[in-house]
Amino acid sequence: MSRIDRTFDKLKQQQRKALIPFITAGDPSRQLTVTLMHGLVAAGADVLELGVPFSDPMADGPTIQRASERALKNGMSLRGVLDMVAEFRKQDTTTPVVLMGYGNPIEAMGWEAFAKRCAEVGVDGALTVDFPPEESHEAFEHLQAHGIAPIFLLAPTTKDARIEQVAKLARGYVYYVSLKGVTGAGNLDLSAIEEKMPQLRKHIKLPIGVGFGIRDAATARAVAKLCDGVVVGSRIVQEVEDSNEQNVVANVGRLVQELRVAIDNEKE
Amino acid sequence: MTYSYPDQQGHFGQFGGIYMAETLIPAVEELRQQYLRFRDDPEFKAEFAYELKHYVGRPSPIYHAKRLSDDLGGAQIYLKREDLNHTGAHKINNAIGQALLAKRMGKKRVIAETGAGMHGVATATVAARFGMECIVYMGAEDIQRQAPNVFRMKLLGATVVPVQSGSRTLKDACNEAIRDWVTNVESTFYIFGTAAGPHPYPMMVRDFQCVIGNEAKVQMPEMIGRQPDAVIACVGGGSNAIGLFHPYIEVPNVQIIGVEAGGHGIASGQHAAPLTANSKVGVLHGNKVYLIQDENGQIIETHSISAGLDYPGVGPEHCLLKDIGRAQYVAINDDEALAAFDALCRFEGIIPALESSHALAHAMKIAPTMGKDKVLLVNLSGRGDKDMNTVAKLKGITL
Repeated sequence: MSRIDRTFDKLKQQQRKALIPFITAGDPSRQLTVTLMHGLVAAGADVLELGVPFSDPMADGPTIQRASERALKNGMSLRGVLDMVAEFRKQDTTTPVVLMGYGNPIEAMGWEAFAKRCAEVGVDGALTVDFPPEESHEAFEHLQAHGIAPIFLLAPTTKDARIEQVAKLARGYVYYVSLKGVTGAGNLDLSAIEEKMPQLRKHIKLPIGVGFGIRDAATARAVAKLCDGVVVGSRIVQEVEDSNEQNVVANVGRLVQELRVAIDNEKE
Repeated sequence: MTYSYPDQQGHFGQFGGIYMAETLIPAVEELRQQYLRFRDDPEFKAEFAYELKHYVGRPSPIYHAKRLSDDLGGAQIYLKREDLNHTGAHKINNAIGQALLAKRMGKKRVIAETGAGMHGVATATVAARFGMECIVYMGAEDIQRQAPNVFRMKLLGATVVPVQSGSRTLKDACNEAIRDWVTNVESTFYIFGTAAGPHPYPMMVRDFQCVIGNEAKVQMPEMIGRQPDAVIACVGGGSNAIGLFHPYIEVPNVQIIGVEAGGHGIASGQHAAPLTANSKVGVLHGNKVYLIQDENGQIIETHSISAGLDYPGVGPEHCLLKDIGRAQYVAINDDEALAAFDALCRFEGIIPALESSHALAHAMKIAPTMGKDKVLLVNLSGRGDKDMNTVAKLKGITL
């Protein structure tokens, strides 16, 4: 059983929801990313989404764009991100790590080499924002051959037939984008998520995480009630940007703890 | 030989496709279905033809640049005068086509990216013409380079949004337009300016631009009794080029030459010529194409004197035409383009766009090596009024 499956099974037994924070690898610095990853886990994260910086992050809002630019300036690359996961795994062998980013850095490395290296360093899943299932046959062969879960996005605009198609290919969990827009936008519509969920559940037997637009404890709690996991990205990346190298780990830790408490108290 | 691309999923061989975030997949699919529905609809075709004739001023003439050809002493250079179109470039052909489709799809808001500003002006123009709200994304760097076009767009009622991210040029304007589209997907039609991006754009933009080559195929025999020996066009994303080239793909004995922006020279690394520089295949802006990138798959900042060619990728059909050897791609450097710009001004009284000057420069380079009975047809894709500031600055003149 994979680390992702084990994590969600355990949460289910405990009747808890997953907290899935996102940070951009290499932001604020290469040295601090692994420290931050451990800090996220200590603060209550169940799964880590590690952003692979890309020069042209079309699906991201300004906050994650800036983080990407900072990370690239720090010399971050896909190979560098994979090395970081290897470093992280020296101390943490249980927390699932999912890489999230755009397809071109993987294309440049080659999907086979990427999947192989993911397995070596202990990456559990990969989400490529701009590679829909139609264009991903070769990619998935390699990911599956090495036991790496392909994580898919579904959107409010996704129709039934596509949900079914994604359900067949997806492993680990499915990431539902809770709004029409880029990451970090502020127009979260809870009732729309609630309405969409039965349609998703009809086809998808995997856990469903919801993200995009979760800004604080209150929205995290409200979203947690509707799904199996809450993904928080831009809000955490914003905290990284607003902090300095001395207090970033503490500040991000405090924020993630608040989110953890809110999610665990979803029934209140 | 039968040439029939793209396939149903928008692939030109290994190139093209639909590489988009999930939120936009249904929008792209709807666009594909609507385009296929209206493409062969007699009423749509008639309206498109009417607008091209009465609003754009088509057909655009072909002009024999005789003084220039005589001076070069070799092949005869003919110019397809897209610069004489309403708004001054080929971009309007595509903008009209997409606006007519937007109208049928009930979209009241259109967005566009622009580099040199010609596609932005064309989109602002058709938005005014059809009563639509218009937002144009333009890199902050390009806004500096192309100030007159920014003012034109504003006069036409468009909102011009400066893009400050990345290299602050065309690719970043594309990113920002995609972000707008993903946010406003239900109300908004994205009028994409070049024959690239996710399917169906490369096919649809090509189809709308094919009016260029289809006219030329009729006009050349009328003028000289035969087809030209070569057709030549500049290639950024490559919409003017594919519009001229596509109708000639299955015409034997017509050489097809695409001219990329060589910037400071391919060897300098500061260029915008992915095909000539043998860049690797990659994925950006919804399609798989040859792409200027580093060894880690990050997109590298490009350089060209001409904002309209300053783009790291190229349309998927050009990638295919290169691979199957039907077209040849070369690069022209900034200084060569500028020399061609000057030559056309002085010899023919035509001020060409810096983009089109690249195509002209290549024709001027090869003409002297050819016999006087040979004919080169150059797509003069736009006029150069917009480039006054850039050219003056390069010549050290303050306007």
